[in-house]
Amino acid sequence: MKSLKASTNLTKTIIYVVCIFLAILSVFPFLVMFINSTRSTFQIQQDSVSLLPSTFLKSNWAVFKGKSFNPVVGFVNSMLSSGGATLCAVYFSSLTAYALVAYSWKLRQPFFSFILAVLMIPAQVTGIGFYQFMYRIGWTNSLLPLIFPAIASPSMVFFMRQYLMATLSLDIVNSARIDGAGEFYTFNRIILPIMKPAMATQAIFTFVFSWNNLFIPLILLTNSEKYTMPIMVSLLRGDIYKTEYGAVYLGLSLTVLPLFVVYFLLSKYIIAGVALGALKE
Amino acid sequence: MRNKGVNYAKYGYIFSIPFVLTFLIFSLYPTIFTAVIGFTDLRGMGRTDFKFLEQPFDNFILILNNPTFIKSLGNTALIWTMNFIPQILLSLLLTAWFTTRRYKVRGQGLFKVLLYMPNIITAATIAILFNSLFGYPKGPVNDLFIRFGLLDAPANFHMQEWTARGVVAFIQFWMWYGNSMIVLIAGVLGIDPTLFEAAEIDGATSTQIFFKITLPRLKTILLYVLITSMIGGLQMFDIPRLFLWGGPDSATLTSSLFIYNQAFSGSYLYNRASAASMIMFLIIVILSVALFHLMRDKDEAKFRKAEKLRIRNAKKQGALV
Repeated sequence: MKSLKASTNLTKTIIYVVCIFLAILSVFPFLVMFINSTRSTFQIQQDSVSLLPSTFLKSNWAVFKGKSFNPVVGFVNSMLSSGGATLCAVYFSSLTAYALVAYSWKLRQPFFSFILAVLMIPAQVTGIGFYQFMYRIGWTNSLLPLIFPAIASPSMVFFMRQYLMATLSLDIVNSARIDGAGEFYTFNRIILPIMKPAMATQAIFTFVFSWNNLFIPLILLTNSEKYTMPIMVSLLRGDIYKTEYGAVYLGLSLTVLPLFVVYFLLSKYIIAGVALGALKE
Repeated sequence: MRNKGVNYAKYGYIFSIPFVLTFLIFSLYPTIFTAVIGFTDLRGMGRTDFKFLEQPFDNFILILNNPTFIKSLGNTALIWTMNFIPQILLSLLLTAWFTTRRYKVRGQGLFKVLLYMPNIITAATIAILFNSLFGYPKGPVNDLFIRFGLLDAPANFHMQEWTARGVVAFIQFWMWYGNSMIVLIAGVLGIDPTLFEAAEIDGATSTQIFFKITLPRLKTILLYVLITSMIGGLQMFDIPRLFLWGGPDSATLTSSLFIYNQAFSGSYLYNRASAASMIMFLIIVILSVALFHLMRDKDEAKFRKAEKLRIRNAKKQGALV
């Protein structure tokens, strides 16, 4: 019994050492990034890892802004497109899930099977056709093609349906009908509030996924006034910043900062959402 | 009662219309269009007119005989494997540690939050950040490795094929193992706890419990993680593109990046890119079919159960009325 306890203690020590090492591994790259954004290029070249911030944040900002590069435009565009896509996805996925759960119609089961079947169709392998289509209708350099396709989000419909199956009692729907509520009114006023927790989780994931998306914006947007944040980021890899290490780290920090704020405010819900099987996208 | 259900059935269709229309316009049509372009001569920036090739499969034959495309397929498979094997092993190990009651690991919530964190950061940012971190001759990783005696002289990670692939695989691993771990832990928490209690009473060690009870019951979830990771891996784009633009010497050129380069740079070969896309699409469809069967079996059983319950409730209500 004693040896079992000793070996348990040894294992526990190993567990904590490994977990702390992994936690440092997660944080360290971002720490280096934030600290180096306050250091001069010369300091970074002398010693690229420092645990102490320096005083060059302002001059890095000046270099960064000087390159005709406007992160505010990227931020606003990303906010608009991710916000729009999230609203579309959450509202219409809930509506579709409600159709699948609350009504018995002939094509219900086939439609659900269909949604499962197209769950994983990736935007990338159909990108050429999507680009050609958008080009023809003049939707390149517009945020609309980043927003409207979100109305059909199969993985979210799947998730919302699971949630509704577990929580919705049709008695509520029936009593609303007896009170004379129309079907659409019932959905908007009674069902949507019930779905709030699921909608919040899914909204976070859609927003972050849409915010981080690079491929589709990259093929559609060529006008720098329409650039989203990830495209702005990719410019930091270009020649204009080749030797301005401090400015590059500052640019990267600016794109990470809003995500950090969102993540640490909502991490509880995000982790719970992943555990519930939020699908990889 | 039954009549009422029939009356309301039309709302099932009405409420599905936005989804179906959007899917047809923005998903199905582009998919078919991509397939069609694969059989045409469509190339050149800004061109929209095309005609079908006399030899319909020319683009496909050219792509399949293109050594760069073959190399990109190999790279995708290599990088995915180099990321997935350590990823699944580490997440299983962490899952075992976090769910074994004997260890009572404290701070699990914080560890989960920190280990999952890289997953939500923009991949484009991470690729550029790692490009700087692995800088040569001076860069944080080189500096640290030399300081801790792991390297004698700075290594040029960006210029050697295997280190470049290794770093891309490491980034993927680093971004995704936290996600796999959380999914697997949720899977373990879904296992009937009396099974573990019974095994403990019978004197099974935690290793035995993990291999004889936990692992067999995680099979479906492990398969789910495997397939979704493969489908995700086939689309690897942001990181290889922004880390080294697919270099050095195409060592980190993935299939998605190859397709992008064909269509949106150089001579704008939309037709060849479409043919390559369709080959990738086929591979993804095969994987998706496997995933579909995995999800459907579990789900249909649930669906039938719920349906039965609903009919029973409806009958009860009918009786009351």
